[in-house]
Amino acid sequence: MPASPALASNPLQTSPDAPRALVVRAAGTNCDAEMVRAFQLAGASAQLIHLDRLIDNPQLISDADLLGFPGGFSYGDDVASGRIFAAKLKAALWPALRDAARKGVPMIAACNGFQILVQSGLLPGPTSTNAHTWPDLPPAQELALAHNHTPPPGRGGGFTDRWCRVEPDPTSVCIWTKGLLDPLAKLPPLSRRDVCMLPVAHGEGRLVASSPSVIERLRSTGQIALRYSKDENPNGSTDDIAGICDPSGRIFGLMPHPERYLDWTRHPFWTALDSSVRTGDTPGLMMFKNAVNLVKSQIPAGAR
Amino acid sequence: MNATSDRSSAQNAVSPAAKLHRVEVWPRLETMGDPLGDSVARDARAIGIDVKGCATAQVYLIKADLTDDQLRSVCDRVLVDPVVQSAVVGAKPSPELTAAGAMVEVHPLPGVMDPAAASVSMAIQQLLGVAAQVSTGTRFDLLNASPAQAKSLGEKLLANPVIQRVTTAPYHPSDFAKGVSHEHAVRRITITSLNDAQLEKLSREAHLFLSLDEMKAIQTEYRRRGEEPREIELETLAQTWSEHCVHKTLKSKVTYKGAAAADPITWTGRPGHTVNPDGSVTINNLLKSTVAAATFELIKEGIDWTLSVFTDNSGVIALDDTFGVCIKVETHNHPSAIEPYGGSATGIGGCIRDVIGTGLGARPIASTDVFCVAPPDLKDIPAGCLPPRRILTQVVAGVRDYGNRMGIPTVSGGVYFDDNYVGNPLVYCGCIGLIPRKLVKGHVKPGDRIIALGGRTGRDGIHGATFSSAELEHSAADEFSHAVQIGNAITEKQTLDAIMRARDEDPRGPLYNAMTDCGAGGFSSAVGEMGGKLGAEVHLERAPLKYPGLSSTEIWISEAQERMVLAVPPENVPALKKICDEESVEMADLGSFGTPGSELVLRFKGEEVGRMSMHFLHEGIPTPTREAAWSPASIATKPAKTPTRPHAKDAISHLLSHPNIASKHWIIRQYDHEVRGGTVLKPLVGRSQRGPGDGSVIEPIPGSGSGIAISQGLQTGLGDPNLAGAHADAYLMTLAAIDECVRNLVCVGADPERIAILDNFCWPSCKKPENLATLVRAAEGCYDGAKAYRTPFVSGKDSLNNQFTTQDGRTIEIPPTLLITGMGIVPDITRCISSDAKFSDAGSTLLLISAAPQRTDAPMGGSHYKRLFGLSDQHNKAIPRTDLVKGPLTAKLISKLVREGVLLAAHDVSDGGVLTCIAEMLIGGSTPNRPLGAMIDLPGLDTRAVDALGATDHAGAFWWNESPSQYIVEAQSTKTPTIIEMAQKMGLSATSLGSVNTSGVLTVKPLGLSSVVGDLAAAWRGPLDW
Repeated sequence: MPASPALASNPLQTSPDAPRALVVRAAGTNCDAEMVRAFQLAGASAQLIHLDRLIDNPQLISDADLLGFPGGFSYGDDVASGRIFAAKLKAALWPALRDAARKGVPMIAACNGFQILVQSGLLPGPTSTNAHTWPDLPPAQELALAHNHTPPPGRGGGFTDRWCRVEPDPTSVCIWTKGLLDPLAKLPPLSRRDVCMLPVAHGEGRLVASSPSVIERLRSTGQIALRYSKDENPNGSTDDIAGICDPSGRIFGLMPHPERYLDWTRHPFWTALDSSVRTGDTPGLMMFKNAVNLVKSQIPAGAR
Repeated sequence: MNATSDRSSAQNAVSPAAKLHRVEVWPRLETMGDPLGDSVARDARAIGIDVKGCATAQVYLIKADLTDDQLRSVCDRVLVDPVVQSAVVGAKPSPELTAAGAMVEVHPLPGVMDPAAASVSMAIQQLLGVAAQVSTGTRFDLLNASPAQAKSLGEKLLANPVIQRVTTAPYHPSDFAKGVSHEHAVRRITITSLNDAQLEKLSREAHLFLSLDEMKAIQTEYRRRGEEPREIELETLAQTWSEHCVHKTLKSKVTYKGAAAADPITWTGRPGHTVNPDGSVTINNLLKSTVAAATFELIKEGIDWTLSVFTDNSGVIALDDTFGVCIKVETHNHPSAIEPYGGSATGIGGCIRDVIGTGLGARPIASTDVFCVAPPDLKDIPAGCLPPRRILTQVVAGVRDYGNRMGIPTVSGGVYFDDNYVGNPLVYCGCIGLIPRKLVKGHVKPGDRIIALGGRTGRDGIHGATFSSAELEHSAADEFSHAVQIGNAITEKQTLDAIMRARDEDPRGPLYNAMTDCGAGGFSSAVGEMGGKLGAEVHLERAPLKYPGLSSTEIWISEAQERMVLAVPPENVPALKKICDEESVEMADLGSFGTPGSELVLRFKGEEVGRMSMHFLHEGIPTPTREAAWSPASIATKPAKTPTRPHAKDAISHLLSHPNIASKHWIIRQYDHEVRGGTVLKPLVGRSQRGPGDGSVIEPIPGSGSGIAISQGLQTGLGDPNLAGAHADAYLMTLAAIDECVRNLVCVGADPERIAILDNFCWPSCKKPENLATLVRAAEGCYDGAKAYRTPFVSGKDSLNNQFTTQDGRTIEIPPTLLITGMGIVPDITRCISSDAKFSDAGSTLLLISAAPQRTDAPMGGSHYKRLFGLSDQHNKAIPRTDLVKGPLTAKLISKLVREGVLLAAHDVSDGGVLTCIAEMLIGGSTPNRPLGAMIDLPGLDTRAVDALGATDHAGAFWWNESPSQYIVEAQSTKTPTIIEMAQKMGLSATSLGSVNTSGVLTVKPLGLSSVVGDLAAAWRGPLDW
């Protein structure tokens, strides 16, 4: 079998200096392998860990340089998406997670992970940009990811799997989406739109706020990180919001799956894209590289 | 918090005196709206109940010792999202009180799997440390509806009485129903003294569904033993000998009569076949002499990439030097007829377990599904049948909810509509797995512990194996409701997680020696199979139960879902237990493999309740000779449709709207077809993301560069006398299906030398010699097709009693339906192409590549054109034949063109013919900014016979025929001569049809056709845009 370039460049044997990512799974998590691969391709070492092991040993969180909350149907999502995972996080891991947030540990939460962080208080986080204001108890929930429901003529209801064009908000403080469009600058505008897509696969992804002022605040603090293109909002999300971050920009939650877009051959119509467009890192991989590189830049060489 | 708290033991610990609380969770309309309510209101209006609106609430019934504060805490922490929901303890006043409408509530019947309840119970235990028994339901408040309308809506739309209860007031019982307890007694059933009629009566009344011959074989055995069989022994025989488990029809000896003058089948020289002097043919073991024979002959001829065929739960082929890929396709037809949601969900769940239980464990990486159902607008629905639209909606939901939760992408499938599936829909579920080559075979060793893993055992699914082998009647829903089950995907996902760890974590190898899943027949089949050579001793009381009161026989034959059986060396049991505890998976040690005399010994609380010889169990089934009688001329057919003469413009648009051809995006988008991050070609392709892909491609090991393509072939129309008249032939149908499957795979980039296929026969009763004859012909087609295309069958399954008897005694037989599923290796995924037209500024050309030169008198029998418009006298009414020499060559040519990067797009010509194919390519490649069109001109085509209206007769067949081995490809115009030359060198035909442009209009000059592609897209997407 020919060794593929993708495999050759896959740093599965990461250096001992590589930042350590912890990817948290539970019963029903199912996008964990992709997220592990994303961290690895981005230059981190990644460890998959069961939520219950973490609850047994919260110390592990403080040893992690990055945290990942992957998608899936945690505990079946039968009551509501992410509900039970979030309840367990809040009950047993809040202090450890709060400390990690205070330290500025980058976290990514995709799909079910996003639903979990929104219900556990990590997103959108405290109302101030001062990292030390992370409260001792989880902040009251301000956002929810409700059942998909796009107004007519959309037919949005129920689970949907599709790729959507997305636009990072240039005013956002999010470190994961920073400079996402820079490598695409050389492309014609239509190709740029075609490349900057992400897949969604969910039934409950419509971001709603307890009051309009919450969205206003998030806008003003640069916490709206990613939007669906106007006509491609798949779930009726408020203000076309696809992803948000905490005030520090380090904790990022989004409904789409960047970890499913690590290779150009995953793009929904890559066979129709000119090969010159399909070069460099995919936008999905770039997000992970952004965070891993940030951590690397902050770890003194030889610190481990 | 105890992470491994066991949800079920928590249930058991609920104090009998605990109060049963009721909580309603309502959506906050200002933030969440009520999407469920909106859709119910819409569906209600669609069936003529004019509700003004619908408000819904989730209802939780919680039996637990909770203080008011604790109950509030359960609401806040587990049940309610404060931003979008609010809770009401008890019940909100119902709308009747204000005369604004009426309400209806739906709750599962006792014993029916309720995954949400299990989650809530676990959460209450873990967060509050309180044991709770939970049940969930849904409340629907209907505005402007009468109580009678509400009830009717509940029964028609919202609930299935087989598994759910409908109430018209808030349901708040004082306690949950208690399980019915069986008195433990070992019953012996008198059989040795019965006469034939009594044996048949016993077989039917005890739901054994064994033939008289089989009952007599059992009688003889027990006369020899000098005792009457115990109940559990008889049940074990019935399960093991069921059609579902042993495929006795396909394995039997068949005498085939019905020589025809121009039979396309050559009967001489076939393996295991003897042509008798009277012209009849005797076939020794039909399956072995056809489907399996092809595979073993191909292996002898040098195919060295099959790793395990026919012997295991799925078939395995090599992916590369380290990994194999395995594939299995199952049907779950009868359960889906009665409870479509649970039927399809447990269908996919069971097929996934087959893959997990292959060798020493495969990781499932993709799923497929094909449904055959009655058209949604069918008017005449017999009593006892669910409406077709509801069946389709529910089977889709079942696959969606189970497959998505398992985290396995559902990547490929199809839907085929025909009136005669009304009482007996077909639900095919497939699964593909990745397995290290060194783990392809497992071997049970004497002394291995029998370890059950996963879900608990309940009364659900009792008699599934025998029921699926029976014929459905209008009373089936009542009689077999216990055979119906609801799955719990998360239990299966946890079980998978635990098994993968038990397989991979210890560097010395898996912690077990063998594994299989509990499918039809439950423990009886799983343990019976694994212990077939060594024998086994089972202590049935050790199986964890969902609720008390099951008899030993019930435990033994229950088909409760999500269970696996492993053969574990005693020294590895603690390590396995640790993994299971960490993954919150229950495991139980049921006994051990290996008994003196290789007997199966069953015990319950120490007492022996059954003892049988494994030899008699597996080899004792009699194999009578079955009669098959083929007589094409005598087949009754529907009166021919009076031909109409549509303009080509209408013809193309109607064809695209035919439900068989119409876009299936409504289904596809509900499935997560990209989880695992390995889906390279998705089911919908092109810049529009709407084009129908031919096959889906996944990269099993992301980053490795090699892929597998997955697709199907289904050509039911060619074997269906109602559609093809006396020309119908299951043999030709089968060849065309194999060709179609291969076409789909080579179009996307699969290597035609590395394609494995599967057979799934769904037939009406084969006790009827006419039906067995079509089955024989299909099996002969499997042999000839597999040999010609060099595509070995690696696995398969059959379901041979698919018919429905109505209240007035009419039998509705399904058309003989053979699904061919194919999996092909894609050596380099970066070479894949898709079906959507690409267009090139330098000019791109559409070519028809086919086995035979273009024909203006192509056969039209069985075609969709014929179904819609009928055929005139000038049409060739025969059905197309597959050229077994040139068909495979054409596939090779396409593969070469794809591999060498000559093509921009390739799409196989199938349902609807050439123009439908081109329209689909244009739809796939169009965007609002750049709509594609094509200018088709065919100066070489003899158009003299085309009448003024353009399309109907003779030459029109060129555009609409569905002959096999035809492809439309798009290539840079400069490459056209090369392609034509390459085709000619291979003795094949390649014809330039015209060019792709950006006009947004499909123009076909010889037909005077000019259609806006956007309109064609709307026609194609409209019918199933639910």
